[in-house]
Amino acid sequence: MSGEDQTIGSEPAVPSAQQEVPPWRLVSTLGTAGALAGFLIVFVFVATEPTIKAHKAMVLRQAIQEVLKGPASFDTLFVYDGALTAELPAGQDPESMDQIYVGYGDDGSQVGFAMVAAEPGFQDIVQLIFGYEAGSQRVIGMKVLESLETPGLGDKIEKDQSFVREFDGVTSPLVGVKPGRATGDEHEIDMITGATISSRAVIKIINNAIERYSPLIAAHNGGGVQ
Amino acid sequence: MTAELLWILVSAMVVNNFTLYYFLGLCPFMGVSGKVETAVRMGAANIFVLTITSISVWILNTYILAAAPYLRLISFIVVIASTVQIVEMAIKKISPALFRALGIYLPLITTNCAILGYALFNTNRGYGFFEGLAFAWGAGLGLTLALVLMASIRESTELIEVPDVVKGNALVFLIAGCLSLAFMGFAGLLSST
Amino acid sequence: MRATTPHQDFTRGIWRENPVLIQMLGLCPALAVTNTVANSIAMGLATFFVLMGSSLLVSLSKRFIPNEVRISTFILIIATFVTVADMSLEAIVPDIHKALGAFIALIVVNCMILGRQEAFASKRPVGRSLLDALGTGIGFIIAMLMMGTVREVLGNGTILGFSIFGSNYEPWVIFILPPGGFFTIGFILLGLNYVQSRRKPKQLVAELPGAGTAGRAA
Repeated sequence: MSGEDQTIGSEPAVPSAQQEVPPWRLVSTLGTAGALAGFLIVFVFVATEPTIKAHKAMVLRQAIQEVLKGPASFDTLFVYDGALTAELPAGQDPESMDQIYVGYGDDGSQVGFAMVAAEPGFQDIVQLIFGYEAGSQRVIGMKVLESLETPGLGDKIEKDQSFVREFDGVTSPLVGVKPGRATGDEHEIDMITGATISSRAVIKIINNAIERYSPLIAAHNGGGVQ
Repeated sequence: MTAELLWILVSAMVVNNFTLYYFLGLCPFMGVSGKVETAVRMGAANIFVLTITSISVWILNTYILAAAPYLRLISFIVVIASTVQIVEMAIKKISPALFRALGIYLPLITTNCAILGYALFNTNRGYGFFEGLAFAWGAGLGLTLALVLMASIRESTELIEVPDVVKGNALVFLIAGCLSLAFMGFAGLLSST
Repeated sequence: MRATTPHQDFTRGIWRENPVLIQMLGLCPALAVTNTVANSIAMGLATFFVLMGSSLLVSLSKRFIPNEVRISTFILIIATFVTVADMSLEAIVPDIHKALGAFIALIVVNCMILGRQEAFASKRPVGRSLLDALGTGIGFIIAMLMMGTVREVLGNGTILGFSIFGSNYEPWVIFILPPGGFFTIGFILLGLNYVQSRRKPKQLVAELPGAGTAGRAA
């Protein structure tokens, strides 16, 4: 067994007054450690940032594709100064701005707008993205992005494809009806049995978002070139 | 605005209780929940530290970290550790009685995942100043609630015969499971229709 | 401090002094992210990486760290490795990173890691510190796997997403919810207590003088 194992740490066996550690050593240790730490973190950050950003953009792109049912292209619009604009003035951070997306078909005509919205559901906040056609006031499709609803019940808003498809082509404002009570009205959504609150949350999120963005969309479409 | 703040507070307190739902603050939960009195003190210390953390986190996020998001974790930890240190020294000076009462609980809070967890959740959800405060108080009250409930149950178990197999931490976890189950009943409390 | 063999340094962290089940450290991640086996493994590996890295660095630089600032320096080192792990996970496996969420960052306050630095890596040579970290890390992964397997099998009927009971299985959903985490670890500890209580009388009987004759219960 090596001799190192018998000593306890690196403290000298001085029985009397402990050696005073000069303050500069304390500061310099922390400073060096901090500098090394910072260097390592920045290095890894720079190395991983492109991959992370690319993935986030891809996820968003996929979601927009899904809820606008395959547009040929899409643009990002920022909510700035009470109106929708494609170009932000210099100095404004795009990441902190409210954004919605407008999709175009093969012929360049407007397919619809995709909006991300979030509000409390049953257990926690539900975040979703949905497509909206301004002219006919219809929802094109919806996709739940984040939810922590009860597995097996509330999480059906995400996993039950027949519920998700209910939103294809439904007219705003949406109205939820209990299963079996549908009258065939174009505003109706069949809610999930046993997950009424989660279903209602989804409907409410979409209705509120449409209410919020409609004036902005109307102004954007009315004034701009289509 | 008030309704939203209330939702944040009540939701953090009972619907998504920090200990019984998010599993944060378990070390003190296991160690300090033997007596109701110590549980209350620990809870109070937590609320205090959470309030200060809430303000510090808001300052950090708004003014400093926008430029360097990768330094977030380190700066949070440094701020929390320093806050607890300063608070401890301040209490020692201002009110030695209070210091003796809180005792060793303050340093324990530094490595308590509840405080750092609060800071991280706050940042992830993008809370502003008042929302952050509401969240802090909800979390603190929730932590205290869980601690006090557990402590009062544990005090009662001292009076009964507990089978050997389940003595100690096993029992505490099973009780915690029942508490967590009970708190699940709060889900959907504040959802509007 | 008693002298220990390298073998002891390595093996004690794996079971006898298992960080989660015996020492009751690192409980937060053990309960929070063990709702599926995949998450448990990912969290176990991330924690393992942080533990090994910080033990290595702390042991290498222990001569340069004054006693007064040692805890702060340890935490700085640990936080750096956690940040690196967080960013790497987000780049390599974004789905798992999303599932683990803020709990990756919470590795920094996992008392198990700081405990190892304080008790061992700051006082022992690099080789031993690495062995200790290896053993503790493996012990942590084992505990996480135990929790994760029980919870996913009972709560979802699957392991790593593969259904093992067939489609008729009605999952015991509570196990992937928070109460299930508490119940699972409670029952595991109960099991350990039981095994321990069965072992003790036999040990005591064996140590009695005249052992070998028909023993009496302790």
